Amino acid sequence: MISVDGLSVSYGAVQALRDVTFSAPTGQITAVLGSNGAGKTTLLRTISGLQSPTKGSIHLDDHELLGQKPENIARLGVGHVPEGRGVIGEFTVEENLRLGALMAQVNLREGLEEQYTQFPVLSERRRQAAAKLSGGERQMLAMARALIAKPSALLLDEPSLGLAPLVTSQLMHTIQHLCRTNHLTVVLVEQNASSALRIADRAVVLHLGKVVANDLAPVVAEDENLRQYYLGMVE
Amino acid sequence: MDSFLTSRIVTDILSGLTNGVVYGLVALSLVLVWRSTRILNFAQGAMPMFATYLGMGLLSYHFGYWACVVISIAAGFAIGGVTERVLVRGLYGKPEINPIVVMVGFLIVLEAVAAAIWSTLPRGLPSPFSPIDWQIGGKPFAMSDFSVYEIVTALVVMTAVALLFRFTKLGLQLRAAALAPEVSRLLGVRVGRMLTLGWMLSTAVGTITTVLVASNFFTGLTPQVMDGIFAFGFIAAAVGGLDSPVGAIISGVVMGIILQFVGDFLNSNAIILVALAILIVSLMVRPNGIFTKSTARRV
Repeated sequence: MISVDGLSVSYGAVQALRDVTFSAPTGQITAVLGSNGAGKTTLLRTISGLQSPTKGSIHLDDHELLGQKPENIARLGVGHVPEGRGVIGEFTVEENLRLGALMAQVNLREGLEEQYTQFPVLSERRRQAAAKLSGGERQMLAMARALIAKPSALLLDEPSLGLAPLVTSQLMHTIQHLCRTNHLTVVLVEQNASSALRIADRAVVLHLGKVVANDLAPVVAEDENLRQYYLGMVE
Repeated sequence: MDSFLTSRIVTDILSGLTNGVVYGLVALSLVLVWRSTRILNFAQGAMPMFATYLGMGLLSYHFGYWACVVISIAAGFAIGGVTERVLVRGLYGKPEINPIVVMVGFLIVLEAVAAAIWSTLPRGLPSPFSPIDWQIGGKPFAMSDFSVYEIVTALVVMTAVALLFRFTKLGLQLRAAALAPEVSRLLGVRVGRMLTLGWMLSTAVGTITTVLVASNFFTGLTPQVMDGIFAFGFIAAAVGGLDSPVGAIISGVVMGIILQFVGDFLNSNAIILVALAILIVSLMVRPNGIFTKSTARRV
């Protein structure tokens, strides 16, 4: 479980997160929703150590993450798929996966086979440069690279960005399946609120860096005010 | 057949090859630093020179040649690592002119300190192999035991670097840290260490090159021993592509052969002019280098 308590982050005079508090339970998907500039990406970057907060605390189970370097947080079991996927285009698909497996205490061959079974398209393209993959394939690769390290928590930043609706729908089902089968703590940042709420167990809505809702996903999905004013889900 | 092997053209090709592998090694060491830290290390000749003085200075204390070579390389590793940690670490993300000024300044300081400690007079190093050209049919053939030593050493170093980067976990991390530092950190790679290691590796490769150059009977070791060679290696790296180790090596070898022909058939004074002309034309035609390929694609 990831617990965020009283987290505040500033970029100079601009306060990106204000006293954010929520929990993302193990084996569940917690969607973090909100418009552009709400602080969603900052939140994930702070959890994974890329951004320093001004105050607050973040725990992964019993481990305090605050003050730790990103590489140490990754080694503790937090997988972060950043916005734009972060696959290394100059590397082949397999090299990207090998990189993901470096810190894992798993057999590389078994790990690769597991991911190729999970994402068959990656197996077909294992010798291909990642730059040549389509947007959806890159997203699969980014997730497979995070999963091969057997993380206990997975942070996904805008995985549907730039993808066609059908691909987005398939991707969301994959995320749901992975969360259930691997018993992962998933924090899913999305602008596509309707897609995220369809698979999420819980939802946190951010607006200008503040939490304006933190509840079960169906409750958030049914709230007309949230839908209209914060999620842009107009009927 | 004998007259062909000792002909002017074959002689130029072989002499050019011997020079070219040295340029290729210098270019490779520049590329190693550029790829990992996006810094053009203008002290890439001076740092290995200093390491070579430190290692080879032990010859006076009755250390053997090969022991001194190993110690020089170890000193190269150390100087590269300390330089990255102390001098370079604070330059990342700063305007591009900052590292250039700092590294040029470091070059001047190292050469001045070396001159103050060891003097500017050439220090002859024992040549481990004979520099005298072989004879074929009574005529000189442009190969000696020493040039074979140079070529074989260069090939071994290039192959070792290629294998390290291609097939080892460490090489994968070095490449990843250079290409995508933030993503690498998210995957648990200790990027800071990898950058230090890149500088260590680069200076060690440079030190091997300096040892080869300085062990040549006709050169010797001076504080400026690598200045001219650095210029050709730099041009080779820019022409081949600062992102391409293979390109740097190929371009170094080709440049060595071309310049040998220029020196033989035109005038030795024309060598630097032709080298600069090659640089200018290649930058106009392929600004990123002949062997650098763009893999980005819109999706």
